[in-house]
Amino acid sequence: MMPDMLWKLFEITVMLALLIPIAATLVWVERRMIGIWQDRKGPNRVGPFGMLQSLADLLKILGKEDWIPPFSEKAVFTLAPVIGAVCVLMSFAVIPFTPDIGVSDLNIGLLFFLAMTSLAVYSVVLAGWASNSKYAMLGGMRAAAQTVSYEVFMGLSVMGVVLLSGSFNLREIVLAQTDGWFIQSQFIGFLVFLIAGIAESHRLPFDLPEAETELTAGFHTEYSGLKFALFFLGEYLGVTLISAMSVVLFFGGWMMPSPLDTWLPPLVWFIAKILFFIFFFILLRTSLPRPRFDQLLIFGWTIMLPLALVNLLATAVLKLTGVL
Amino acid sequence: MLSQLRTMWLVLKHTFTKADTVEYPEQKPYLAPRYRGRIILTRDPTGEERCVACNLCAVACPVDCIALQQTIDDDGRKRAEFFRINFSRCILCGFCEEACPTFAIQLTPDVELAEYERQNLVYEKEHLLINGPGKYPDYNFYQQSGIAVGDKAKGQGVQEAAPIDIKGLMP
Repeated sequence: MMPDMLWKLFEITVMLALLIPIAATLVWVERRMIGIWQDRKGPNRVGPFGMLQSLADLLKILGKEDWIPPFSEKAVFTLAPVIGAVCVLMSFAVIPFTPDIGVSDLNIGLLFFLAMTSLAVYSVVLAGWASNSKYAMLGGMRAAAQTVSYEVFMGLSVMGVVLLSGSFNLREIVLAQTDGWFIQSQFIGFLVFLIAGIAESHRLPFDLPEAETELTAGFHTEYSGLKFALFFLGEYLGVTLISAMSVVLFFGGWMMPSPLDTWLPPLVWFIAKILFFIFFFILLRTSLPRPRFDQLLIFGWTIMLPLALVNLLATAVLKLTGVL
Repeated sequence: MLSQLRTMWLVLKHTFTKADTVEYPEQKPYLAPRYRGRIILTRDPTGEERCVACNLCAVACPVDCIALQQTIDDDGRKRAEFFRINFSRCILCGFCEEACPTFAIQLTPDVELAEYERQNLVYEKEHLLINGPGKYPDYNFYQQSGIAVGDKAKGQGVQEAAPIDIKGLMP
């Protein structure tokens, strides 16, 4: 019992110690990639290829005054960024990285993930409300509406996967893809999940809660210093999380087709797949403009929700008739 | 939806295009000869100061960053007793250059005007004066104008006729 528990604690510590630098590195990767796609160079001064840029930014942001506006609801204001970061970090507990690595083999891992992404909206809504400022309030309200509508079909889109694998356990879902990844049969489900995931993590083109051109910085307008950094951490870990979940649910997790799987260890394949999605997220950010808020909601309720339902229905019918 | 995908494809193609960045401190960007940068005071081809301290530049200056005082030498040449430009105010608009009747004040393509001490941005005449004629190498104000100065009397200028004897009776 004891060594087991120690091993888990060790695993959790390593995960936490890695995830936060990974989020910081992602900021640099994103800025470099956006630079490349916009025919610029991006940050390339601090350290080799500018890799230490995030460290420099972090040091700067730690040196900033951590200002709590006197007009804000102070306790909630302080709590909101913590909720956001903790919820995203908690979700990583259920992700199976390789056959051996993975903090928890929760038998409702998928539901846990959905619950945590839903809880994360409290961070944004509370931040918007506690800031007691117009922009933050508008951002928080947008976040609430957006998350509520996109969460619905995010849950529905992964139910096809659950139907096919017969389990909510993420490790079993990965193992159920030994014969073929779910992207083959669940392509529509994947599209809906990805779009919902972008909306859930407030990434462009669905970053309306923090649309800087209209709302200054949306829900985190009043935040500075370490609390702002926590929001940033949450956002970039959210990107990693959605990428990891896409890989686990639709792209076979750590598994690769026969000749490829012997070339590199499973963890490397898993990370490579996640990186592919992260780059996709960054490409989305560089290329697509932000829709209007009503367009976003109409798109969600009239296109994505029926699509998710039809996909679920078709999957169920095909599963029952034994085609899949 | 197709247009979104096309946009993404077009952006993705930029992975392989060269960056337009000029990496500034190592690589200097090209600045045209008439670029409006640091202000200088130029000299005649003969090496005399061109500035006659007429104050037109100070009047034209929209931010009042030029201060000067005229003095007249014994040979009749006018020059600035002091000439001060506060570059922490200067907006490099070039109005002073346009206003200058003697081509004395000119803007150069030097834009690296950074200092740690604000006071160091206040340039006195000795900082502004250069040894050459700047953009107009052959221009000499006193040779073009009808002013008697030093060994050049009235009517000896390049485009000048001899002065008319206004008291003479001949047509």
